[in-house]
Amino acid sequence: MTAVTSESTGVEGTTAADAREEAALASLREKMNIVIVGHVDHGKSTLVGRLLADTESFPEGKLEKVRAICARQGKQFEYAFLLDALEAEQDQGITIDSARVFFKTAARDYIIIDAPGHIEFLKNMISGAARAEAALLLIDAHEGVRENSRRHGYVLGLLGIRQVTVLVNKMDLVGCDQAVFDRIEAEYRAFLAECRMVPQRFIPISARDGDNVAHRSARMGWYKGPTVLEAVDLFRKAPKRENQPLRFPVQDVYKFNRAGDERRIVAGRIAAGRVAVGDQVVFSPSNKLSTVASIEAFNAPTATAAEAPDCVGITLTEQIFVQRGELCSHLDDRPQVSTRFRANLVWLGRKPLALGGEYKLKLATCETNVRVAEIQSVLDASDLTTDKARTEVRRHEVAEVVLEAKRPVAFDLVERFENTARFVLVDQYDVAGGGIILEGLADALAPLREEARSRDFEWVEGHVTQRDRAERFGHEPVLVLLTGNAGVGKAAIARRLERMLFDRGDAVYLLDGRNVYLGVDRDLAASMNKAEMVRRYAEVAYLFLDAGQIVVSTSNTFALADHAAIRTLIGANHVLHVHVGEEPGDADIVFDEAVEAEGAAREIVTHLAQEGWLVNRPD
Amino acid sequence: MSDHLRELENQSVYILREAYKHFKSLCMLWSIGKDSTVMLWLARKAFFGHVPMPLVHIDTSYKIPSMISYRDDLARRWGLTMVVGQNRAALADGMNHTRGRLTCCSALKTEALRRTLDGTWPRLVMNAAGQYEEDPAPEPFTGVIVGARADEEGSRSKERYFSPRDKNNDWDVADQPPEFWNQFKTDFAPGTHVRVHPLLDWTEINIWEYIERENIPIIDLYFDRGEGTRYRSLGCEPCTGCIRSTATTPTDIIAELKRTTTAERAGRAQDQEDPHAMEKLRREGYM
Repeated sequence: MTAVTSESTGVEGTTAADAREEAALASLREKMNIVIVGHVDHGKSTLVGRLLADTESFPEGKLEKVRAICARQGKQFEYAFLLDALEAEQDQGITIDSARVFFKTAARDYIIIDAPGHIEFLKNMISGAARAEAALLLIDAHEGVRENSRRHGYVLGLLGIRQVTVLVNKMDLVGCDQAVFDRIEAEYRAFLAECRMVPQRFIPISARDGDNVAHRSARMGWYKGPTVLEAVDLFRKAPKRENQPLRFPVQDVYKFNRAGDERRIVAGRIAAGRVAVGDQVVFSPSNKLSTVASIEAFNAPTATAAEAPDCVGITLTEQIFVQRGELCSHLDDRPQVSTRFRANLVWLGRKPLALGGEYKLKLATCETNVRVAEIQSVLDASDLTTDKARTEVRRHEVAEVVLEAKRPVAFDLVERFENTARFVLVDQYDVAGGGIILEGLADALAPLREEARSRDFEWVEGHVTQRDRAERFGHEPVLVLLTGNAGVGKAAIARRLERMLFDRGDAVYLLDGRNVYLGVDRDLAASMNKAEMVRRYAEVAYLFLDAGQIVVSTSNTFALADHAAIRTLIGANHVLHVHVGEEPGDADIVFDEAVEAEGAAREIVTHLAQEGWLVNRPD
Repeated sequence: MSDHLRELENQSVYILREAYKHFKSLCMLWSIGKDSTVMLWLARKAFFGHVPMPLVHIDTSYKIPSMISYRDDLARRWGLTMVVGQNRAALADGMNHTRGRLTCCSALKTEALRRTLDGTWPRLVMNAAGQYEEDPAPEPFTGVIVGARADEEGSRSKERYFSPRDKNNDWDVADQPPEFWNQFKTDFAPGTHVRVHPLLDWTEINIWEYIERENIPIIDLYFDRGEGTRYRSLGCEPCTGCIRSTATTPTDIIAELKRTTTAERAGRAQDQEDPHAMEKLRREGYM
């Protein structure tokens, strides 16, 4: 054993073994992320500086550095400066971002996020609070409950933070008067109750003087509850998620062939539950079924199961075609699937959220475009009124809306699963809002979706698998759905494409709607039941796809809504939508009417290859 | 595995996979130091033993020589795509720290990095034979993975996991995008790029705990090699000092760090010249 006597440790006479033992114990200590929020100037930075100083959590250089800056700038040292490490901040005198700092108590280690109170910085407060497990909310005893006291309280609820302790700060400014404290507690408790939130406790403090922070206040003997440090230790860790039903959002599918690795790994972070080798799993919304063949990891012992919240990779026994954005679960407890849902959101965009506006939705790993179908109500935090007749949601407002997605999305409700019920909206390049799903709403395609689901789950397979067919044919089954007005040249493109793929050696079939009508739809000729014709066309196409074919489809009889129906019955993963002419909707490829068939067909083949549907063969 | 290392590893792996999914032209900065080497290891975790993005190293020519041999050795063993950039003009002009440490850092690190990332200066790329040759057509990187930790320095504590930089590499600290849960900024305007920070939540001790747990082959400059000194932070030879320490293993270092009250970068001379040195460098694009 060698004694640690280096200057850097500053400690002599302790053995390295002691230190090692202590270090080992320390690494087992519990960690918790907490956030400190509240109105501007209600004392957040001061509280954090005080907490760090009183728990001796500053590295040696830091205090001196800040004191030196203060001395040079002729300012009196304040605890708040310790966090305001940036020049810009000290100039403005307000915290501008969620700085992360660390302190420890006897019970655990904390990462504390000093969220700012200035209204312009609500997005920073959210960034901080979104990764917190519990919150301290500060209210200035002298100023009382202000706009951001309410807004932050509401947003904490929206973000799913249920553990909130309210600190009534600057009690020294009101003569440590219990009546002031009681009045603020009553008022704020009532507000939180409206947001369906129950705070854990209220504590009267003076962050500047240290009352009830680390030490009990001598001036407020009337307060018998815990100090701030005791209160944070009373926060509880969230219940473990591994005992919930499985939710495994597919983040990516890897195949590192070039490095000689033949594994096809479905990677992601398990949001809830547990998955084991041999489990049958289903991917939503595609309804693909498979069985877990292995759990993959680098530099880790071989595992036969994995659980939340770990990032894992799995391989499957049947090589089904799944993509990022799908949600893997067990069969008996699946997520909801719909294109419509009711949600609660907070808007941060410079441009207001507009009724009818289109945004990109990101939910777990799924990304798709959504339209704001309804704005049901908007809450104004400054006066707590609810406005029900609005056509937009402005920056920093909180609203209840109905969103309509372009493609079906797999999701959960926030009471059951947090991670698969939360989403953000992207406006152009920026994350402009975030929210939680309150309710899934039925859409027009719900019956077809249910048909596809029960069909897929009960599908009887032969001994030749989809994978066998894909390997034989050198491509995945895919429906190339050509749409556009009559006379724009779809038929020519479809015929050229069929020939081109056939000449490559692909298993391809041109499925003309007319041919389905002539035979399969014979009994419908009199009634002209359009919906049933679309359904039958899609089911016929589905059989060809199950036989491993590339199906090229063209028909003028189908309208845009019918394409959505076809896509629902076949599964979005197996449809390539090519549109010719105007109003392309969300087609994957769009051509001008003037396009000539040869070039268009060639471009479709290139796209199929790029998206991984075709295996490139040597010419 | 201790819960907090597991949490840190999970978050970093998730971020790396998000970056790989969203950025067509992605690279990872590798300074050879402990943090970015841990990050490189996390990439192997995320991609099941592979490192599917190139690693960029800025060679100031003043690095401690064993750093370069360690770099190339690991690159060959792990099959890394190694990219090296350098400010050739400034070096030809004799740039060194005696002209002012910040001036030197600005030229040899910040400027070299910026011009290497945007593809306007030559890049040396390691070929299959393990030799460096010039990349004939360097493309700008739109996603850059960086091993910054929030606890290192005040200005770093303000970072996001995904942090946009504009055309001039500027970082607008006051106007950063929100990060809800694990939804990051992955959409960006042409001409801008995004810095990705998978190690933001790690502390210096976490880094060593993870090195210990995973048995990561970290460069030996961090350990006492018999002289009673070691490096705590690695940089250029003239500007980086050793600390007195007899630590020879990650376990020793962890024990030592539990007792120290000295800041990690205390041995980095450029920080001492100006209290806002790091922030100034970072605004210009320093990592």
